[in-house]
Order: sequence, then C-alpha cells, then structure tokens
Amino acid sequence: MPALLEVRGLTAGYGETNVLHGLDFAVEEGGVTALLGANGAGKTTTLRALCGTIRRAGEMTLGGARIDRTATEDIVRLGVGHVPDGRGTFMELTVEENLRLGAYTRRDRAGVAADMERLFGYFPRLKERIRQQAGTLSGGEQQMLAISRALLVKPQLLLLDEPSFGLAPLIVQDIFHILRRINTEERMSILVVEQNASLALDLADHAYLLETGRIVISGTAAEIRQDETVRRSYLGY
Amino acid sequence: MTGLLHQIASGIASGAIYASVALALVMIYQATHHVNFAQGEMATLSTFVCLTLIQAGIPFWVAFVVALLLSFAFGAVVERVLMRPMMDAPVLASVGVFIGLLLIINALDGWIFGYTIKPFPSPFHSAHAMLGGYVSPHEIGATALTLLVLVLVWLFFRFTTLGLAMRAAAHNPASARLCGVRVNLMLSLGWGLAAAIGGAAGIMVAPIVFLDPNMMSGILLYAFAGALLGGIDSPLGAVIGGFAVGVLENLFGAYVVGTELKLTVALVIIVAVLVIKPAGLFGRAVHSRV
Repeated sequence: MPALLEVRGLTAGYGETNVLHGLDFAVEEGGVTALLGANGAGKTTTLRALCGTIRRAGEMTLGGARIDRTATEDIVRLGVGHVPDGRGTFMELTVEENLRLGAYTRRDRAGVAADMERLFGYFPRLKERIRQQAGTLSGGEQQMLAISRALLVKPQLLLLDEPSFGLAPLIVQDIFHILRRINTEERMSILVVEQNASLALDLADHAYLLETGRIVISGTAAEIRQDETVRRSYLGY
Repeated sequence: MTGLLHQIASGIASGAIYASVALALVMIYQATHHVNFAQGEMATLSTFVCLTLIQAGIPFWVAFVVALLLSFAFGAVVERVLMRPMMDAPVLASVGVFIGLLLIINALDGWIFGYTIKPFPSPFHSAHAMLGGYVSPHEIGATALTLLVLVLVWLFFRFTTLGLAMRAAAHNPASARLCGVRVNLMLSLGWGLAAAIGGAAGIMVAPIVFLDPNMMSGILLYAFAGALLGGIDSPLGAVIGGFAVGVLENLFGAYVVGTELKLTVALVIIVAVLVIKPAGLFGRAVHSRV
C-alpha cells in the first residue's frame, strides 16, 4: 500500500537561503512518523514546506495527489491539519471562535458539532473555557486548542510542530497520551516534529533524524531508539 | 441651554459620520496595520458617483445602493491592484501609496466632476424641523442610517462565519491560512467593506457640507482623531471616539475656540491621545500568557 504522504527531494528555505537540502520521507496511512533533530535542523521548516507557507520544491503527494504546487488554503481542504509552531492561537478571539475557524472549510454542521463534542471528551478544559478569550488560556490549554482546531479540519493527516514545547511535564504527558488515543481510536495519521526524542519515539512507529536540513538516519521507532548516535546525542543515556 | 442642546445634537449628527469613517480606517488598520489616508477621498468619489446617478434620474435609494456596491468593488480592486504588491514593503512606501491614491482620486474628482461646490439632495426632507427645532430632519435621518450601518457591520463581524474569517485573517493571517481561510480574499473584502462604509458616510454628510472634491479632507481628520481617541485597533472604540469627537468639536467650536478654529480641536485630540494614552480609550490590552 502506498504511503499517505510521500515526499521526495524536498528543498525549501527562506529568501535566498535553503534550509532543507533534499528530504525523502513518508507517513503511512494510520501511522505516526516523527521528525527528530536539534534546534535549527529544519524540522519546523519541513512542516511549513508541506503546507506551502514558504518557498519549496520537490515532489510531495498526499493520498496520490501532488501538493507541491498547491496553495496553503487548498492543502488544508485536501485534509491536512497543522498544529503550527507557536500554536497559532487567535488570541483576541474566543475559544469557541477559534474552534469554529478550525471547521471553516466544512459545510456539514451536524458533523462539526459532533466532532466538537468528541474533542471536548479529550479536552474537557476547552469546554469549560468556551466563551473565554483564547489569549487568556495557559500554554497547555492553547496547545489543546491548536490540536482541536487542526482536528476540526477533519484531516487525513495531522501535522504537529513540537507539541511539548514550553509545557510542564505532566501536561506534556497528558497531551501525548491523548495524541496516542487519537491515533489508535480514530486511525489518524500523524507527522510529529519534536526536540524531545524519547517522547516522540514513544508515539511514533517510524522516525527520521534531521541534521542541518538533511536526513541522516531513518527507520522504525524501535531501530532509531537503538541507534548509538541517537541514543547518545538525543536520548542522553 | 437651548443653544447647548442644539450644539450637542448636531455634534452627535456629525459624530455619526466621523464614527463611520473612523470605523473604515480601523478596519483597514486592523488588517494591514496601515492607516488609509485615501479613505476620505474614496468616500468623496462614492458621493460623486451617487450624485451622478441621481442626476441621471435614478431614485435616491437605488442610487445609494448602487454607489455603495461600486465603492465596494473599487475598494476591493484598490487592495488587489495597489496594496497587494506592497504587502511586504516598508511602512513609508505604503504611506506613499496611500498619499498618492489620495492625490490621484482628489484630482480625478475635480477633473471629471468639477471643482464647483454642489448641493446634494437629502432623502430625509420634511417641511419643519423636528424635536423642537434642535436638529434638522436630515441630521436625524443621517444619524439613524449611519447607526443602522454600524449595527449591520457589527452583526456581520460578530455572527457570520465570513465575518469571523475576516477577523481571523486580520488578527493572525498565518494561522487563518492553516484553517483554510483565503486571507488575500478577506483583505480585498475588508477594503471593499471599508470603502462602502466610508461611501455611506460621504453620501450622508454631503447634504450638510455640500459636495466638492475636498469635501472629506476635514472629516477624515476628525475621523482619524475619533479612531485614535477610541483606540486605533478597536472598532467599537472608533465608533464611540467618532461620536465623542463630533460632540467635542461642536461644543469647542461654539463656546471656546470659535468655528474658524474647530479643526484645531481634531489636531489637539490627536496630539493629546498620542502623548497621554497612545492605545486610546478602548485600545485592547491583549492578555497573553506563555
């Protein structure tokens, strides 16, 4: 079976500078793929390139359809939910309005309402704060909001940019636990970018290690966990 | 006392006009972080178009609606053709474009419609003044219509999905794109809407101040003062600020500085707000925690 997302020879960058130098990777249908790497390795850039928010070249297919020349707004419509770097909260809007924006491309009102209820099952805090201005939420709550917004797109593929960033360890545990449930219970395919390698490898089935815009190691999560370099440099034991 | 009430009432009437133009300024400021100096001239153009339609024998309200639709289209085109390429340009370059647009429209108005001051018909005529003679029927009608426009705009932004998408595109364009909002289209719509709101204000004020290519230049200044007073990033603040400036301007003009120096009030307000409270009365203090 072909992979849900296939990327070949992806280059991307900002202005004149290339940050990614030809990446090849894939996300299996229903699988979780992790992109690991240090600060500045090009992890966030990879997600931005996938969504077309920066200049990029190479071959990218989602469910067989080319998306490397597609505009961001249309990639969303093809079913890519993106939890961006910095969480992308609409600070001035209420939690409810943030969620409605997540479902902006959908016309099935009943489906959206049902999905919202399901998400409140994962994140009851959001329901408690539904009328609150989103800028007043804690970092963890904003991360939950960002995940919910991306899931309301009804994506085939969920992109997560450092879901653990800046959060307390207990909250990180909670969020990764819920991501695991979303993957197994809803068969959601996920591409997660993380600095915290051990956390990401727990969730992922496949992983790639990025160093200065190139993939240096790839394999199943179990293989990567055993890899000497990864163990020493990224897992720290 | 009668004089005071009269001044307040007519201050509210001109305040309604300032409030509309201030709202148009704030809408564009929120989306682009620029002040559209040409907002007033665009409104004057709308008013000329409306007058031309009326003179061609079209009923007032039909001409009004058609003029606003054309203003909407014009605003959207200006955004698409002039402002879009300036998106990543330095602030001064955008200011240059706005001032250029102001001068171009002003000159075009004069060239096409002439510089002579023209009377403009009011749709609200009645033989006698109302409310004991404090305000003219036109002032009441224009204020009511302006308020109606403001309420409609508020309802649109507050309760429709398109309005929500436009707010999202203004506050956080990157994130809005990731939700599938067509941000560029929203910008065009925002410009169109601002132009139509300004146009409505121009058409409502023209019967009072008469129509010529420079009709809106003073009004834009008052509107700018109103927008700043209310907080340049707060639509509600702009509306309240617009009304406040209208009343202040009239009271100061009547009792303190005299009519000739009325425009100074606007400038004093602008300077005072910028010095004392740059965020304005309703300028949003965004709560954010990390």
